[in-house]
Amino acid sequence: MPRAFTPKVITANALLSGDAVWLTPEGRWSTELSHAELLTDEAQATTKLTAAEARASEVVGVYLADARATANGPAPVHFREAFRARGPSNYPHGKQAEAS
Amino acid sequence: MYQYSDFDSHFVTNRAEEFRAQVARRIDGSLTEDEFKPFRLMNGLYLQLHAYMLRVAIPYGTLNAAQMRQLAMIAERWDKGYGHFTTRQNIQFNWPKLQDVPDMLDALAEVGMHAIQTSGNTVRNVTADHFAGAAADEIADPRPIAELLRQWSTDHPEFQALPRKFKIAVTGSETDRAVTKAHDIGLRMVRNAAGEAGFEVIVGGGLGRTPMIGQVIRPFLPVAELLPYVEAIVSVYNLLGRRDNKYKARIKITVHEHGIARIRELVEARFEALKSRFTGASQQILGQIEAMFAPPHFKQASTAPFDAARQADPLFRSWSDTNLSPHKAEGYAIASISLKKHGATPGDATSAQMRVMADLAEHYGHNELRISHEQNVILPHVHLSDLPEVYAALRAADLATANIGLASDIIACPGMDYCALATARSIPVAQEIAERFAALQLEHDIGALKIKISGCINACGHHHVGHIGILGLDRAGVENYQITLGGDGSETASIGERAGPGFAADAIVPAIERLVLGYLALRQDASETFLQAYHRLGAAPFKAALYPERSA
Ligand code: SF4
Repeated sequence: MPRAFTPKVITANALLSGDAVWLTPEGRWSTELSHAELLTDEAQATTKLTAAEARASEVVGVYLADARATANGPAPVHFREAFRARGPSNYPHGKQAEAS
Repeated sequence: MYQYSDFDSHFVTNRAEEFRAQVARRIDGSLTEDEFKPFRLMNGLYLQLHAYMLRVAIPYGTLNAAQMRQLAMIAERWDKGYGHFTTRQNIQFNWPKLQDVPDMLDALAEVGMHAIQTSGNTVRNVTADHFAGAAADEIADPRPIAELLRQWSTDHPEFQALPRKFKIAVTGSETDRAVTKAHDIGLRMVRNAAGEAGFEVIVGGGLGRTPMIGQVIRPFLPVAELLPYVEAIVSVYNLLGRRDNKYKARIKITVHEHGIARIRELVEARFEALKSRFTGASQQILGQIEAMFAPPHFKQASTAPFDAARQADPLFRSWSDTNLSPHKAEGYAIASISLKKHGATPGDATSAQMRVMADLAEHYGHNELRISHEQNVILPHVHLSDLPEVYAALRAADLATANIGLASDIIACPGMDYCALATARSIPVAQEIAERFAALQLEHDIGALKIKISGCINACGHHHVGHIGILGLDRAGVENYQITLGGDGSETASIGERAGPGFAADAIVPAIERLVLGYLALRQDASETFLQAYHRLGAAPFKAALYPERSA
């Protein structure tokens, strides 16, 4: 039996800063995972992924990451994605610095 | 130390210019990422979890004050005001912007530094004993050999596309402080029966997915025959090494699959063929390099200020007991500066701290600094009479932690806080263990203990050769830490043995504490180290301390 499709977000690293970014419903790259568009349909996710991969002058290493819906927008499923969304744990650098 | 020739300077400057053009073409869209990636890796630029990372080579871990200051400037201007020193004796900048990297490379070139061959399937930055040229037990300074190998391997036409990366480590004394047995080639200086200096040549060591201790291919190689012999090894590997499977491509697998006897036969045959091609030229070059590494002019002075400070200041006494090592020159010591303040990130130094270390090297240390694979900084030549001032300056810069070789002097790779390959974090584990031992105030009593942490199977944190090794894994979507026991990275190298099931992130620090307290209860007396007790008793009582519920 094929595995059921689980919700995904499209993510990558920004070309210039290297920071983790997510694709929003408006087609912008946001540094906030919670702004991402949660894709629940497999065919749509594949189409959007291909389109995002073509944006090579903006981002590097586009892929689909598992995410789940929350009241505040998509949230990470795996801890690696949680760290990407938050920044390193030893210094308040990256996104944490921008947020504060 | 080694001074760049015009050739070297042109080479690195041209490389930086070339890369500037490549970055511009990537940004304007004329290069795709697939086209660009090999170029950026060739220049030490990686893409990590949150940013790019620039890895800068510090050949054989040696740098001078001006170079350290330039690293401080680079960290401040283009990064976040700090740098991370690695187990490969490199420095990594964790936050460069792509468009700034060419300027960073230019700034490095200004002080004769670069990021070339810090990646790719080439002969990587040659590492060396961080006490080179200073250690009391040294036969000869290994850095001229390391430099000769660097010149020979840099852009060597035959060896730019090896089956896999290739790492060489060299030590100038029989005491192995460079983990030579965990390298593709390890060169350990020894004396033969006639008292002449040469190298014990070790091949096929390596950590990572399939850890192996290197085997001796030649018990004694005269120094003059080094280059043809190393070239013979690399060229046999280049032909024989597996290119079909990335995980079987390192020379350790080649040695394992063909056996050391067969490899030796092939290498010796190749060596015979190559020997005549290496005329006196390389010996001449070696002679010139050796002159550049001539020992500094050591001063004669009274050591009374040192003795007085030890009497007067218990903190200085503790630091000098722990962080000094015997020097070959009378009245001198090797001072290790710990980058392992309890709770800090192992191996990190701020720009301000780098400048303090540069100043100290200039004023008291014959303008020399070293980076150790244990992620500390060394002042290799300090006269005892200058140590009280050195210590005071280190204290003011928060660099005076007295823990070299102790439980909190932990090696930790960047792990999942930065590294894109990681399966779990390592830095927070190191921070918590160090803080725990600081709170217990037991580490001086515990004595020599090497804890090493890697955030994935690639083992950059050398966990296999830690007395206590910790490997961070992803077990069904949760961070999980596996412990190995009894590893050893010295001349008596061995791979640690897995202790049992892994521990969750919130259980790993208590587990290490149980283990170490268990050792305290098991040891014969305070002179028996963790590793000695482990060898005497075997793994069982240590496992019982780790897994009390099982033995209950
Ligand atoms: S051991 Fe793994 S996680 Fe750690 S630095 Fe190396 S590749 Fe990254």
